[in-house]
Amino acid sequence: MQTELGRNKPHHDTSAEDLGVERISPKREIWRRLKKDKIAVAGGCILIIVVLLSILAPPLTGYDPNAVNTAIRLQPPGSPGHLLGTDNLGRDMLTRLLFGGRVSVAIGFAAVAIAMFFGILIGLFTGYYKGLLDAVSMRFIDILMAFPYVLLAIAIIAALGPGLLNAMIAISIVGIPYYARIVRGTVLSLREQEYIEAQKALGSSDLRILFKHILPNALSPIIVAATLDVGWMIIAAAGMSFLGLGAQPPMAEWGIMLSSGKDFLRVAPHISLLPGMAIFIVVLSFNLLGDGLRDALDPRLKQ
Amino acid sequence: MLKYTIKRLLALIPVLIGVSILVFLILHLTPGDPALIMLGPKATKPALEALRHQLGLDLPLHKQYFQWIANILKGDWGRSIQLKREVLPLVLTRFKATAVLTLFAAFIAVTFGLLAGIVSATKQYSLWDRLLMFLALVGFCLPVFWLGLVLQVFFGLKLGWLPVSGMSPPGQAGLGSVFKFLILPGFSLAVGTMAEIARMTRSSMLDVIRQDYIRTARAKGLTERVVTYSHALRNALIPVVTVVGMQIGFLLSGAVLVEMIFSWPGIGSLMVNGILARDFPLVQGTILFVATIYVFVNLIVDLVYALLDPRISYN
Repeated sequence: MQTELGRNKPHHDTSAEDLGVERISPKREIWRRLKKDKIAVAGGCILIIVVLLSILAPPLTGYDPNAVNTAIRLQPPGSPGHLLGTDNLGRDMLTRLLFGGRVSVAIGFAAVAIAMFFGILIGLFTGYYKGLLDAVSMRFIDILMAFPYVLLAIAIIAALGPGLLNAMIAISIVGIPYYARIVRGTVLSLREQEYIEAQKALGSSDLRILFKHILPNALSPIIVAATLDVGWMIIAAAGMSFLGLGAQPPMAEWGIMLSSGKDFLRVAPHISLLPGMAIFIVVLSFNLLGDGLRDALDPRLKQ
Repeated sequence: MLKYTIKRLLALIPVLIGVSILVFLILHLTPGDPALIMLGPKATKPALEALRHQLGLDLPLHKQYFQWIANILKGDWGRSIQLKREVLPLVLTRFKATAVLTLFAAFIAVTFGLLAGIVSATKQYSLWDRLLMFLALVGFCLPVFWLGLVLQVFFGLKLGWLPVSGMSPPGQAGLGSVFKFLILPGFSLAVGTMAEIARMTRSSMLDVIRQDYIRTARAKGLTERVVTYSHALRNALIPVVTVVGMQIGFLLSGAVLVEMIFSWPGIGSLMVNGILARDFPLVQGTILFVATIYVFVNLIVDLVYALLDPRISYN
């Protein structure tokens, strides 16, 4: 009966178009709400600028990020030819900040992508099949979550050895339980819905149901979590480098730059303060954008 | 409540066993020969053999684990390769400093975070609300290791008001002296948590303030102060306690970074130096210790949660 009504609708009912009202798809509605949120737009714009500047770094500054020139070491910001000054080895700070942005932002995105990929897989299968698989996976996740998160990353680096790649792997692993739990929770409620029952009755395979019908409906909370998480991953990766467990000198990476300026705080505080400022701006932007996205996806949460 | 406490304590056993297995595996997931990594390429063959034997590396894996865990339970946590000292007493001494730092930071964070959240919620959309929430957002996004450096530069180096590193020197163990050394690292560590607590308190208070029973309390003619503190706050605190519990992990994590910046003689700096020196017994000891403490702190948070909200059913 419902199908009949649906089929007849364009002929008999007055549709939104007939009334002169534009029909808006959910995606466009979310985009419209997000665009109206000026703070979130500002966050997004800052991120685009940071990414563009990082990509265009070499032609913009004209310096090699690792070119040592001790004759001009510890120049303050505003020095001729060096807008943001130079570091303890005479390397141009602006160039290193831009190149550092490439590394830090890329690590942030990569770590979130890895954590999200495995988290989604674990969440989908454990939430859908439940039973022993779910019980075992959730106990394992409980154990991972029994560690404070940086400590778990440190423990993994302790095993793999310090280095940028290992630090990225470590912070990705730490992020997996977070996504697995979000996805599992959503799947547990979605699997009981009628449209999933209907798909089963129609003979759809489990994989098709999981990836075509459940995953798209579980995406909203994942997108919000991932946006907020990129910022934290950037901080975590920089933190590992700061401790000497991530990127190693002379690489231009924000955490290692911050750490290498520690010994020059009295004479040239800008060496440490500028990369920290860069991390702060990027993390703040991801948070503004993430908060805006959350409100756009679920306006009821707005306060 | 007693039944619930016992049940929760029993549930900790598998988690602690899992934690111990993961910590044990740190040594075994390491690519290459751990003994060679620890002693370096110049190590002699007998020295390598002796270390392998000391670490039990010449036994099958499951036997190694049982031997290791039996020793841990007996209080023999092994010897630090780098510091040439027993791990357990070292860990216990250094943890005291971390506990002081973390508790102080938690105290600042909870006190000021709650206060800011309450003010924000009761004066929603006012200038105070906007200012406090802006500060909370900034505090939330500040990398703890950068904030530490900024405070060090400003209050330590530029103004010279506070010491920039270490704990109070020996012989000066007065409370005032300890406090002076504690302010900068404690505050650096507290800011992120304070911001999170403020945001959570505000949103939780706003949820509660809209409930019918608050309207009833106002209709009865109670003063706004009584409504806020006696009726709204208690219920608003329940989600805040969860956040505080989660933030303890954040504080213990942040402590590792803060200790490195301020040369605070805690367990975090011991752990990082252990990793850099590839001193596995020390690394395993410190990580196992902190993770165990964290598991128990989480249990306490859950029990406080139960005390605050008698509606929760624990069956």
